[in-house]
Amino acid sequence: MKVYKIIVLAKQVPDTRNVGKDAMKADGTVNRAVLPAIFNPEDLNALEQALRIKDQFPGSTVKILTMGPGRAAEIIREGLFRGGDGGILLTDRAFAGSDTLATSYALGQALKKMGDIDLIIAGRQAIDGDTAQVGPQVAEKLNMLQVTYVEEVKELNGDTIILKRRLDRGVETVKCRLPLVITVNGTAPECRVRNAKLLMKYKRAQTVTELQKENEDYTRMYTNRPDLNIPEWTVNDIETDSSQLGLTGSPTKVKTIENVVLQAKDSKVISDSDTEIEEMMIELIKSHTIG
Amino acid sequence: MNNVFVYCEIEDGQVAEVSLELLTKGRSLASELKCDLEAIAVGHQLNGVPAQVIPYGVDTLYLADDKRLYPYQTLPHTSIVVKLFEEQQPQIALMGATSIGRDLGPRVSSALHSGLTADCTSLEIGSHSDKKANKTYDGLLYQIRPAFGGNIIATIINPDHRPQMATVREGVMRKSILDPDYKGKIVHLEVKEYVGDEDFVVEIIERHIEKSKLNIKGSPIIVSGGYGVGSKENFKLLYELAEVLGGEVGASRAAIDAGYAEHERQIGQTGLTVRPKLYIACGISGQIQHRAGMEQSAQIIAINTDPEAPINSIADYVITGDIAEIIPKMIRYYKSNTK
Repeated sequence: MKVYKIIVLAKQVPDTRNVGKDAMKADGTVNRAVLPAIFNPEDLNALEQALRIKDQFPGSTVKILTMGPGRAAEIIREGLFRGGDGGILLTDRAFAGSDTLATSYALGQALKKMGDIDLIIAGRQAIDGDTAQVGPQVAEKLNMLQVTYVEEVKELNGDTIILKRRLDRGVETVKCRLPLVITVNGTAPECRVRNAKLLMKYKRAQTVTELQKENEDYTRMYTNRPDLNIPEWTVNDIETDSSQLGLTGSPTKVKTIENVVLQAKDSKVISDSDTEIEEMMIELIKSHTIG
Repeated sequence: MNNVFVYCEIEDGQVAEVSLELLTKGRSLASELKCDLEAIAVGHQLNGVPAQVIPYGVDTLYLADDKRLYPYQTLPHTSIVVKLFEEQQPQIALMGATSIGRDLGPRVSSALHSGLTADCTSLEIGSHSDKKANKTYDGLLYQIRPAFGGNIIATIINPDHRPQMATVREGVMRKSILDPDYKGKIVHLEVKEYVGDEDFVVEIIERHIEKSKLNIKGSPIIVSGGYGVGSKENFKLLYELAEVLGGEVGASRAAIDAGYAEHERQIGQTGLTVRPKLYIACGISGQIQHRAGMEQSAQIIAINTDPEAPINSIADYVITGDIAEIIPKMIRYYKSNTK
């Protein structure tokens, strides 16, 4: 029976529910260090689809590739807690300020170093950019077929895969061959929760940088528990053309950011009393807005 | 060469609304830049497309017609658009931010190494000076969209790469025919020169696209609920009010993420843009991404327990209180005053 080598592209994103102007830097990029960080929700849906394939085809591997600052090692750990097989943190100051194209280029170069991959699964979009561009752009960079808006992997048989897509106004079921890049919607099944045993086993999984920060002896990692090592790759570990990285490699540039100033309207503030509500309804009826 | 290009989506021989809206915007951008508006439609049985599209002011319409090109598939559409863009070198390319546009757009922009901005709420022409490089750019496309938690509007530009690409959601731009007798050129592309057999690798086994029964965009009255409504159960009040007034029910992204309402009802930057006569916002705080989808409503009533909710500043009527009390009163006084 075939086993599958799956890479999940996941992103650690700033929790965009509470972003103030202090979090924006002068060049228009986000100062991610000050915001609480979470595992991008649709990437969790992607992880679940990958883990289901691993369940069905034991011996398959699910690794996470994430590009981000040092603390994005959290993403790899989270994958381990849920049943993944570790992964790689792609981290380097050279990637700072990347738009989706520069990000996809860097991820593509890293993926090329990860050997023969059967399936690359990513969430459809990240909650900070909401662009849904990285999945397809990575696919294009690797000259791989893509299927987006996937809600479920319905069937996998050898190199043939059948996918259910949820589009704007309906569903579509498609069949194609591996290798393939798929992006998964938020409407796909929720990711399974952390497994208590795996949490215990992997809570000390760290990158060398994290251990250095804690002043721990990281050489023990390579000898006693190699599975606790989360590899970090920098530009030195992958082949890159520096002109395609970071701000330099980003065709899109942020020209300006403006804080939004609400244009106050002449609002009529009314209480929830019967009289005032009735008055409002009568006004609306008279003006032919309703009725 | 160097024109504004719009990719037109086709469903059952009909050009999608969002594409017509983008043609309208594209026409105005082209006129401002003193260049042409061009369009590309890829699919099958496209005979009806010129009549639908040219009146919007399209100077050249490229048609790629082949049985295998409908329904949409990534590789063939990408190959055709990329090759055409390499030949025609557009300065600007626009697509709808739909499941097609968001599948095709990034692939095309990656192939051409150009910049793409998703979900723009506004497109303008302007200039930019890069002090570091000592360069000035004129006639750039400003791609404007809310960003990061919604308190910020970002203007994005692609100074050095072409085409400048942007996707826009349905309803953000208004459509309007320029001239029913507009004369535009039609070019029938030789499909086999743009796409190879190796591009057709996805087999569509089943497809159910519903003509949406839900017509929120067309409804003159929208009763919309946010996270403050509290539960799917509480949303029933909104449905009651909508039914009595003859309107439709919408929801904010927060309410939908919390499971109070279906996806299709989402109003906001990443959902529908609506312009009803009356928008009743219940338990909606009014983050900018939501406001982007409804601030052009003729009249707005905001009902919220928070007197400082951002939505209040754009509302015509602000009622601070509990929808469980207020909505029944609205229903009662509507009925009693419209016998």
